[in-house]
Amino acid sequence: MFAFILRRLLLTLPVVWIVVTLVFGLIHMVPGDPIAQMLGEGASVTEVERMRHELGLDRPVMEQYRTYMLGVLHGDLGTSFRNQEPVSQSVLSRYPATIELAIASTIFSLIFSIPLGVIGAIRRGRAEDRFISFATLLGVSLPNFALGPMLILLFSITLGLLPVSGRDGFSHLILPALTLGGGLAATTTRMVRGSMLEEIRQDYVRTARAKGLSERAVLFGHALRNGLIPVITVLGLQAGMLLAGAIITESIFSWPGLGRLTVQAINARDYPLVQGCILAIALTYIFINLATDLLYSVVDPRIRYD
Amino acid sequence: MTEFFRKNKLALAGFIIVLSLTVAALFAPWLAPYDPASQKLMDRLDGPSWRHPFGNDELGRDILSRILVGTRVSMRVGATVVLLSVIVGVSIGGFAGYIGGWLDTFVTVVVINSLLAFPGILLAIALVAFLGPGLDRLIFALVVVSWVGYARLARGQVLKVKTLEFVEGARALGASSPRVFVSHILPNIIQPILIQASIGMAVAILSEASLSFLGLGIAPPTPSWGSMLNDGRNHLFDAPHMVIFPSIALVMTVLSFNFLGDALRDWLDPRKL
Repeated sequence: MFAFILRRLLLTLPVVWIVVTLVFGLIHMVPGDPIAQMLGEGASVTEVERMRHELGLDRPVMEQYRTYMLGVLHGDLGTSFRNQEPVSQSVLSRYPATIELAIASTIFSLIFSIPLGVIGAIRRGRAEDRFISFATLLGVSLPNFALGPMLILLFSITLGLLPVSGRDGFSHLILPALTLGGGLAATTTRMVRGSMLEEIRQDYVRTARAKGLSERAVLFGHALRNGLIPVITVLGLQAGMLLAGAIITESIFSWPGLGRLTVQAINARDYPLVQGCILAIALTYIFINLATDLLYSVVDPRIRYD
Repeated sequence: MTEFFRKNKLALAGFIIVLSLTVAALFAPWLAPYDPASQKLMDRLDGPSWRHPFGNDELGRDILSRILVGTRVSMRVGATVVLLSVIVGVSIGGFAGYIGGWLDTFVTVVVINSLLAFPGILLAIALVAFLGPGLDRLIFALVVVSWVGYARLARGQVLKVKTLEFVEGARALGASSPRVFVSHILPNIIQPILIQASIGMAVAILSEASLSFLGLGIAPPTPSWGSMLNDGRNHLFDAPHMVIFPSIALVMTVLSFNFLGDALRDWLDPRKL
């Protein structure tokens, strides 16, 4: 087990290095002069040169790269161009809100997807299954920037039940979590259904039935426990996607997280801050994938011997 | 084909919608009842009526006309992204799988893994944020993100097919490597790629709309469903039709490509036999 964890951790290091390198390279992709873009048309040559020096963009690229890598290793992601705050401080202050939203969305999606997936599998081909399959396909096809406004229209404007924006208690969390978790719930439901269909055909399920267990015990005590193993992987991958989806969802609901900060930084052309936000989201994604793999190996020990 | 659609009602529905969208995309300027850019501030935010079935937006522009022309944008971006991604992905992934050795290791371990280290849409957002908005940059960013999926799929398929007897036979008869790849391997790996391309259209259209929603995609005044939704978001209280109709258009489009992709996958799945 220790060897597996060590190997998996070592495999993650090059990926982290590549991601940091790609994020470093982003600012060099800006067509023309990134400093002139950030300062706008009215900036004087002196201002542009001063800013270039402050950001270290007047030094050779390899030196910039070395400084950036060392900075990242020390948790220094540079300074925001607009508010002159350290980027790492801005990112960290918004991080908890995004994680809170992502966790709430995942919990919401599991609450829906596990029972619906199981029902779809045990009622395969019947009306319930067909309805669930259609609903999940609809869920997969409904982007969060269409779902979010629809939910606001229904729950906030028409019914007046939930607040439209901000982060002030549980009621503010419901609509953003539903919006962000909608697609995940649909994907996970499909996965649970598919996985359960495989499991309920297995011999051990027949044995469990043969020894007289109730259908509920067979399904939830035996089949579901194994059926959820592949779901963990999908959930891990999709949870990473939630972070990217948060960029849109947080903008819709003015949720003060990393996603909204990213959009604000992009609109302000605050390139160091955009780099910091993208890096934070990408590293979290890698970390979630790592955690998923490790969890998977705990739940299903066969993985470790592959 | 007829039997396929007879058995798959949802696939038939998907096919009809995709066909209608293609017609709408091709003939949008003639089908649109009004000029999508023409502003009538007196009629701003008007709800649906006989003259404007989907209502007007905040500048008094006809939403139906903008959705129709937006179809053109969505389909164009979707088709271009999928076509370029398939060409790049199948060439690189397929060839890496066929040649094997260090090229295969480099492509799979370094290139594909590093691109997959980002959630797809995040990388697209990052690229467009730094490259700047514009149709060509948007397409470039989406191709960078999506070719990897086709490369991985093509590589896997090639690894399976290249050891089969007919490939060895072709090689024994003296066919060159490029000829074996193009004439014998490619036709045998194209089915799963077509399925992925159908779902890829849905993903590309959604990605374009996402970026346009964030103001990083198609520049105004060209209508895009994503930017229309972004405009509508500020008028949820007084003009909800600005959000409802573009949402329906987007969902129907994505759903129809997903229906087609799902049905094709089920149809071509050998395990169902």
